[in-house]
Amino acid sequence: MLETLFPNVDWADMWEATLETIYMTAMSTFFTFVIGLVLGIVLFLTAPNQLWANKIVNWLTGAFVNIFRSIPFIILIILLIPFTKFLIGSIRGPNAALPALIIGAAPFYARMVLIALKEIDKGVIEAARSMGATTWTIIRKVLLPESKPALISGITVTAIALVGYTAMAGIIGAGGLGTLAFLDGFQRSREDVTLMATIAILIIVFVVQFIGDFLTGKADKR
Amino acid sequence: MIELKGLTKVFDTGKARLTAVDHVDLTVPAGEIFGIIGYSGAGKSTLIRLLNGLEKPSEGSVEINGQNITAISGPKLRKARQKVSMIFQHFNLLWSRTVRENIEFPLEIAGVGKEERRKRSAELIELVGLEGRESAYPAQLSGGQKQRVGIARALANDPEVLLCDEATSALDPQTTDAILELLVDINKRLGLTIVLITHEMHVIRKICHRVAVMEGGRVVELGEVLHVFQHPKETITKRFVAQVTETEDSAETVRHLREQYPEGQLVKLIFVGDQAEQPILTQLIREYTVEVNIVHGNISHTQRGAYGTLILQLKGPADEISKALAFLGAHDVQTEVMGDA
Repeated sequence: MLETLFPNVDWADMWEATLETIYMTAMSTFFTFVIGLVLGIVLFLTAPNQLWANKIVNWLTGAFVNIFRSIPFIILIILLIPFTKFLIGSIRGPNAALPALIIGAAPFYARMVLIALKEIDKGVIEAARSMGATTWTIIRKVLLPESKPALISGITVTAIALVGYTAMAGIIGAGGLGTLAFLDGFQRSREDVTLMATIAILIIVFVVQFIGDFLTGKADKR
Repeated sequence: MIELKGLTKVFDTGKARLTAVDHVDLTVPAGEIFGIIGYSGAGKSTLIRLLNGLEKPSEGSVEINGQNITAISGPKLRKARQKVSMIFQHFNLLWSRTVRENIEFPLEIAGVGKEERRKRSAELIELVGLEGRESAYPAQLSGGQKQRVGIARALANDPEVLLCDEATSALDPQTTDAILELLVDINKRLGLTIVLITHEMHVIRKICHRVAVMEGGRVVELGEVLHVFQHPKETITKRFVAQVTETEDSAETVRHLREQYPEGQLVKLIFVGDQAEQPILTQLIREYTVEVNIVHGNISHTQRGAYGTLILQLKGPADEISKALAFLGAHDVQTEVMGDA
């Protein structure tokens, strides 16, 4: 039955492309999470009246985040080609997509981290200070646990955006379902390949959303 | 012992300079429950935050048990804060942690081992009466229970001083009383010095030994709670005292009473301390040929004795009435004739 509906689909290729997309999404989500978290925390703590209040650092971090968040992803990939070549040694394949994916998504996530941290009751931070907590303890034991549900739902949204970004990266040869849909589906006019690639992407997105919602619900004790 | 000397805090917002605390000198002996009352904006929140170094003073010093809090910073200050703990109006619990984990938080900060933390938190849960709720999250607790967690958390590192920042202002009257009783109990059992700020005279009356009244960043009146209740000097203090003894004082009430009791003489008696518990009225009725009718009464219990007012209607021969009044005077009961009928 699948053969009649999708006559042109090479299932081994489709499977390989799906794995590549999952690989790119997982890797870039992981690094986006780490870098975005650090940027978000720095943005939060260096804001006026906060523990590390520092105008210069706050302004620089804010400028970096705002600039890279504003560049359209497809342009960012092209802009970063020399950087990617230097870092990875090639501009083709899943690994070559990672720098652009991470640099595009981390500032986006940093903003979400900042929003999540701002939601924390200031009184709780004051309470921790009144107990003699260091800033490091406050980050580890107050800021992160108290904003956990928002941090998880934020990375879920970011991961889903990243699935979309990997498809765009696919157009310029990153591999994965984007490349498959573009080269095999669009350029050779095999609509069934494009459709199957779309279905595979939708499944990935739904699975990510499901896991994200489940973890957010589990973390939320309010 | 807590000693504040010339303590001043000026907030410079760029456009305006706001003096939140203005040259405050105070001494609070160890083991005392000291209340600071004032309306919002009087500077009491800033003052209490100067006591544990959450705010740095512009001038003056804070000394707690010989350590100058204003001169230390970094690790030394953090160490000192473990001995000057604080509870808050909105409890400020970590919602991501259970009751037990919240209470263990300051112990984690102090670097106490896991087993010891478990032991200590179990003791504290019992002390504040939260047995059976160890594994509940703050969202599942009532306001009173949340404040009990706050108190247990504050006591975890065996502090010498407990600062209470409007600790009962978000609670209903019944829960407020239960929390205040817990504070008195802790004060007696652990010998803890308690400094609390509030805008409710009820709280001061109920648990404080001494009170400071704050207005515009300054302490305008200071003394034993009973004494301040009896002889409030400043207008603001009178307003606070009226919060708890209001009923009989307004001119409206006096006129109303006189309409209701047109005969004889209306006399207001003020009892303080021991007299409130002695059978003075019984003696009065036995020894003088006056008819006594109780019109209105009110007794407030403070930590250091009772304070009460009683309005009586006295009927009988004029000389007997004046003798009766002299008798009351001889027993140190203040009397105030509210007018002849």
